[in-house]
Amino acid sequence: MKILVTVKRVEDPESKIKVRPDGLGIVTDGVNYKLNPFDEIAVEEGLRLREQHGGEVIVAAIGGDPAITELRAALAMGADRAVLVRLAGGAPPDPLVASALLKAVVEEEKPDLVLLGKQAVDDDQNQTGQMLAGRLGWPQATFASKQESLESEAEQKRLPGVARAADGASVRVAREVDGGLEVLELPLPAVVTVDLRLNKPRFASLPGIMKAKKKPVREVAAASLDVPLAPGVVVRRLLEPPKRKGGVKVQDVAELWKKLHEEAKVL
Amino acid sequence: MANVLVLAEQSRGRLRKPSLAPLTAGRELARRTGGALTALVMGHGAGSAAEELAAHGVTVQLADAPVLEHPLAEAHAAALAEVATASAATWIVAPATAYGKDVVPRAAVALGAAMATDVLALAGEGSEVLLRRPMWAGNVLAEVELATPVKAFTVRPTEFAAAAQAPGGSVVPVAVHVDPARVRARFVALHEVKSERPELGDARVVVAGGRGTKGDFGPITALADDLGAAVGASRAAVDAGWVPNDWQVGQTGKVVAPDLYVAAGISGAIQHVAGMKGSRVIVAINKDADAPVFQIADYGLVADLFQAVPELRSKIAGG
Repeated sequence: MKILVTVKRVEDPESKIKVRPDGLGIVTDGVNYKLNPFDEIAVEEGLRLREQHGGEVIVAAIGGDPAITELRAALAMGADRAVLVRLAGGAPPDPLVASALLKAVVEEEKPDLVLLGKQAVDDDQNQTGQMLAGRLGWPQATFASKQESLESEAEQKRLPGVARAADGASVRVAREVDGGLEVLELPLPAVVTVDLRLNKPRFASLPGIMKAKKKPVREVAAASLDVPLAPGVVVRRLLEPPKRKGGVKVQDVAELWKKLHEEAKVL
Repeated sequence: MANVLVLAEQSRGRLRKPSLAPLTAGRELARRTGGALTALVMGHGAGSAAEELAAHGVTVQLADAPVLEHPLAEAHAAALAEVATASAATWIVAPATAYGKDVVPRAAVALGAAMATDVLALAGEGSEVLLRRPMWAGNVLAEVELATPVKAFTVRPTEFAAAAQAPGGSVVPVAVHVDPARVRARFVALHEVKSERPELGDARVVVAGGRGTKGDFGPITALADDLGAAVGASRAAVDAGWVPNDWQVGQTGKVVAPDLYVAAGISGAIQHVAGMKGSRVIVAINKDADAPVFQIADYGLVADLFQAVPELRSKIAGG
């Protein structure tokens, strides 16, 4: 099974994000960067599928030299090789552009399955996987999830996470929807985006990190791909969100009840 | 002409309530751009949902066909793109639900449309519409312009008032030409989480528990049931496997804005606060006086939830 997983470099969610005084960007001093947490889950799922069915996991990123750091992180987890779509410039491309660039990579690599994080935790757009599937004309399953607490084999079959059929022609995907889990069957090739609870990503081992340094990273120039690079989503300004002011501390439940009943009138 | 098409969501012939938020956003947009507004309901046997929506004073295009029975993105995105083109729509507005987020980007790419997700408000001046949306888990708000001829966005249902009932609506059937052979994904099953409680997104009151419950949600659910409230949870409680996934409130879970939000045993991580800070009144009950949740709570009580919550219940029962 040939699996392509996309990885994006994002600001570490643990870092404090502040808007620059000019409102045109964020303060980058003191901000750490890492692999998008949802993409980490996608890499993990790709590795598990390879461990079960054999094949290859290729990781792909868009960006400049810093993106290579995240490709190496995914290689250290166990991916086999990497593709960098080299794109200079500041902000990462929007989903319309990113999906067009990734389509070019998919057409070259011809994977059976493309796995993406459901969203990147910088722009929080949640679109690239769906747009990529649409551009390719492939079936899609977004928000792949799993209930790890399901112990019995029958239960796991019912809610499979991402499971390949025995004949290798399709995958079954359980996906988080409002009010429950929906199971879809997608003939391959297909695009799957992953949600938070699909798996717990492994840590890279020291030998993994050493090996990753020698794994191949192929580069493609974005400009060579015949993809329009003009952004569709133009960020005009960034603002700090309104701060919610803290209220009062109450001494005991009696006072809390009184406040809710008489002052806020919500009970 | 900048026509506006509002995508509504239905389930088994019932309109889903989050659909009334994009209708409000769509009306504001049509007023500002001078375009005509219609809505779209897709499904099979979805006529009653279309009628429900039309009762809010809007012309509803009803695409009813066997190929649209399940909310499969391939079919619904193709039909949405087809209706948008036939309606000369330059704006597509949808609820930021699992359905909206699944279907709209795929339709947008077919229309060459740039898209914004989770829009909180319309900004800009007159017909120059900017969309305000959260980035970096709600730590930053962005005002974005969509620079393509056709534009699409989903709105966060808690941020726009639900459109009120109004006269003058109607249902117009539309034919869509989606070839079933080109819809490859197959619907296998929907495992619904059945609950007697109101849906998190709709509830007037939400009672939520976190790590402080140590896995015992008994007091939380009891208080919720006393108040006819929905139950929420922090990511820590969901990750620990104590409660179902769909109870999670936060940036990666559900975003709620009830009249009253009771956070019991929840520290108040940024991720969680992003999902509930729009609530009218927030109550925090936590043993740790330094918990960040107290910085945003209207009423904070430093106490053990296992004592405070039952005590609050008896106060409520006693009037």
